[in-house]
Amino acid sequence: MKPIAKNGVLLVIVAVLAFAPLFLARNAEFAGADARAEQAINTIDANYKPWFKPLWEPPSGEVESFLFALQAAIGSGFVFYYIGYAKGKHVASKKGQT
Amino acid sequence: MGLRNMKKISLILIYILAVYIVFPNNAYGMHIMEGFLPFNWAAFWWIAMIPFVIVGVRSIKKTVTEHPSLKMLLGMAGAFAFVLSALKIPSVTGSCSHPTGVGLGAILFGPAAMTVLGMIVLIFQALLLAHGGITTLGANTFSMGIVGPFVSYGIYKGCQKLGAPLWLSVFLSATIGDLMTYITTSFQLGLAFPAASGGVMASALKFMGIFAFTQLPLAISEGILTLLVINILSAYSQKDLGFLGIFTGKELPTRKQGVKA
Repeated sequence: MKPIAKNGVLLVIVAVLAFAPLFLARNAEFAGADARAEQAINTIDANYKPWFKPLWEPPSGEVESFLFALQAAIGSGFVFYYIGYAKGKHVASKKGQT
Repeated sequence: MGLRNMKKISLILIYILAVYIVFPNNAYGMHIMEGFLPFNWAAFWWIAMIPFVIVGVRSIKKTVTEHPSLKMLLGMAGAFAFVLSALKIPSVTGSCSHPTGVGLGAILFGPAAMTVLGMIVLIFQALLLAHGGITTLGANTFSMGIVGPFVSYGIYKGCQKLGAPLWLSVFLSATIGDLMTYITTSFQLGLAFPAASGGVMASALKFMGIFAFTQLPLAISEGILTLLVINILSAYSQKDLGFLGIFTGKELPTRKQGVKA
């Protein structure tokens, strides 16, 4: 199998893994918060109070998702820049050889 | 920790996995929230983290001075962890969690380098996203930047020694490293909040129900994504990977043929 085809198959598997739960567990909330661990701590030690608050919290869900999207965009931007750079170098060195 | 304890713990781990396959649990898996570790434990994990960070900075400096051309690849490994930890992916348990992305860097640059990169990602998320926290940075770095990468690295090296194919080594390394990160988180919470009956283990199990089962499909995704990047690198960055000794002499020729064909 060609490398591109192989990677295509891998990508499809990842997409299925990521989206299948949405269909398998239709009624779930998919809340991505850390609230569940907080609850667990509360049941173990009801008197525990967090002793430190985050210095800054995103004021709304929109701002938070913006920041997460930004993080993903910056990261993937660099990853794909590198792949392009590596491919360019690879092609150039091949041309140099012949 | 004696051998007997290790045996006990591994038996318990197997038991837990069995339990959670039978009783899946609605759960979220994330880092430890700001202020949610008692002061002593927060300080303990901070102190435990520091030597690894120092070794990590040295290891990165060494790699970069010896092979300046690898800076780009190092940046890419960091960026990969950055993207993956921003992606909150739904899991079969009906809640969301995110992969860590540190396995790739651990395979390429060794585990200590990823301690530093993982910590940078965690600081970003703690300060800007109120996700994780500064007081819990030590504990979170310990799970995502130390245990995860060291386990990944160990499994990768072990698989290569046993003669496993590259794809399998990479996949197992990233997948198990990711899972171990969240198992560590569960133990950290269990140690800080022992249950009234059953103590540390009972509550570690409880947290593992929250963190580890949700993480399973995500860990597999992380393994596949890491493999995908390694596939691309082995096609275009053979020279860089050569410096890092990723391919043994045996692997390199076959890979090259594969690319040309």
